[in-house]
Amino acid sequence: MIILLLTAGIVYALVSRSAVAFREYGIWNFIVNPEWDPRPATEEYGAMSFILGTLYTAFFALFLCVPFSFAVALFNGEYFRGTKISSAVRSVVDLLAGIPSIVYGLWGFYTIRPLIIDSGINAQGFGIFLSSVVLAIMIIPYASSLSAEFLSMVPNNLKEGAYSLGATRIEVIRHISIPSSISGIVASYILALGRALGETMAVTMLIGNTDRIPQGLRDTGNTMASVIANQFGEADGLKLSSLIAIGLLLFIITAIINMIAKLIMKRVSRL
Amino acid sequence: MSANPGTTVNYGAIGSGGGIRSLRDHSVDFGASDAFLNESETESMRSEVLHIPTCMGGVVMVYILEGVDSLRLTGQIISDIYLGKIRKWNDPGLKALNPTVALPDLEITPVYRSDGSGTTYNFSEYLSRVSPEWTRVMGKGKSLKWPAGIAAKGNPGVAGIVQQTEGAIGYIGSEYALSLRLPTAKLKNKAGNFVDATLKTISAAANIELPNDMRATIIDSEDPDAYPVSIFTWILVYKDQQYKNRSMEDAQELVRLLEYIISPLGQAVAAKINYAPLSEQAVGKTRRLIESMHYGGTVLVSTTGSAQ
Repeated sequence: MIILLLTAGIVYALVSRSAVAFREYGIWNFIVNPEWDPRPATEEYGAMSFILGTLYTAFFALFLCVPFSFAVALFNGEYFRGTKISSAVRSVVDLLAGIPSIVYGLWGFYTIRPLIIDSGINAQGFGIFLSSVVLAIMIIPYASSLSAEFLSMVPNNLKEGAYSLGATRIEVIRHISIPSSISGIVASYILALGRALGETMAVTMLIGNTDRIPQGLRDTGNTMASVIANQFGEADGLKLSSLIAIGLLLFIITAIINMIAKLIMKRVSRL
Repeated sequence: MSANPGTTVNYGAIGSGGGIRSLRDHSVDFGASDAFLNESETESMRSEVLHIPTCMGGVVMVYILEGVDSLRLTGQIISDIYLGKIRKWNDPGLKALNPTVALPDLEITPVYRSDGSGTTYNFSEYLSRVSPEWTRVMGKGKSLKWPAGIAAKGNPGVAGIVQQTEGAIGYIGSEYALSLRLPTAKLKNKAGNFVDATLKTISAAANIELPNDMRATIIDSEDPDAYPVSIFTWILVYKDQQYKNRSMEDAQELVRLLEYIISPLGQAVAAKINYAPLSEQAVGKTRRLIESMHYGGTVLVSTTGSAQ
């Protein structure tokens, strides 16, 4: 009950304080406008650059994280299910989830960024690419532990049936385990995506913080979360309201994504 | 605070915008800012606000280039770098200014502040004065719309990126650069001299005629020794201290604090943390400003002696 009230309160605060921006520009115009100009004479705010920056980093991070988290999930949920080595791998991966995001940010800044400069992706290293690489590692535990759970829930009699027909392990995984847990696996990746969308600290340290639409993965940009973190402190008036409006949009996007994941998981549990 | 026991000052590092907001809401005794209030901010205040200069600072250009430990820049060149027109360190314009320096064939990465900042305001104010193109394209403000470069939050953020990125250049507060001993560029001042940013050259910028309300911009100062991007940093207080449920004692404490700050003792503390002391002329005019503060008409300072 308290949680419900709190959530309602947060939504109310976001909506009421973003009203100024929405009234000034119209909801739709605010969302699609890529301009972000804080100069008093030409003041104009729109969320598109940051929405795109958020989607680019989050989806690219998801793309990068799939091979690793899928491998971990198979390792824990199928090949070495219930063994000691599996629980060791599991605790190491869970440890990744416990690292504070500012530590990831520092690691990205001091360790990964020089590698990106050396590889010639861009001159100063910052940008979508760097943020996505670090984000990918941050979301591996979220994607892999849930996927492993779903993989290990595949009924044994199904698998045994397949083995008795002479199927190899690879064939069992490909034709039995994955198809019967696929919606659960998808749901776990969607949850990981939701996590990537809202990540703030590490991204703010790595993305370059430029207020325009990123021209590709090598470019710098800003996400919805990072623009708020960067500019909230000194903002007032229309700018403050615009930042809160971006916060509201982020809230809605993450809520939708979580809802989709929940729906898919519900379908799984009914099977 | 040895000269003023019994008074505690709580400083909230919330940014000058937050300070101005809190002053307007009467939730603090004073706010502090590197830029004086603009017209709409002045109008939003409940009564007349005084700008009390506390010390002086500057905006300096920090850079990192292997093998380069001295660099000369002009406002025009800085403007071109931040507008994305000069992209390489071995640009002819930079070479002409630095004939003895081996400038590399390396991309320049300009770094600016992602948060709204008085530093950005003063930096853009300076460039507006020396470059018509900057005035037209960028203008001045606490946050701008930047065509080139990358951004970071706060002086530490900008300094951090510059220190870690070969070929980067950034603008940061002089106190921050001086305390970290970062390499800074010499800038050409109005008299045509290339000047290093030091406490002395920053103080020198205030050796000009100052207005009585001290809301003066000393950027691009005419003094031949002045560092061109020098500024006052202000404490903002209400001239009439009788508001909300403030007592006379609260107001007197505040006045005593302000007097301490501009006293030689307070100014020495400022110099220790790399803020330049106010020039003599500036101290005199500031003292008269403090004396004009009152509590519903009652004078708060006797003109004969200070709190010490």
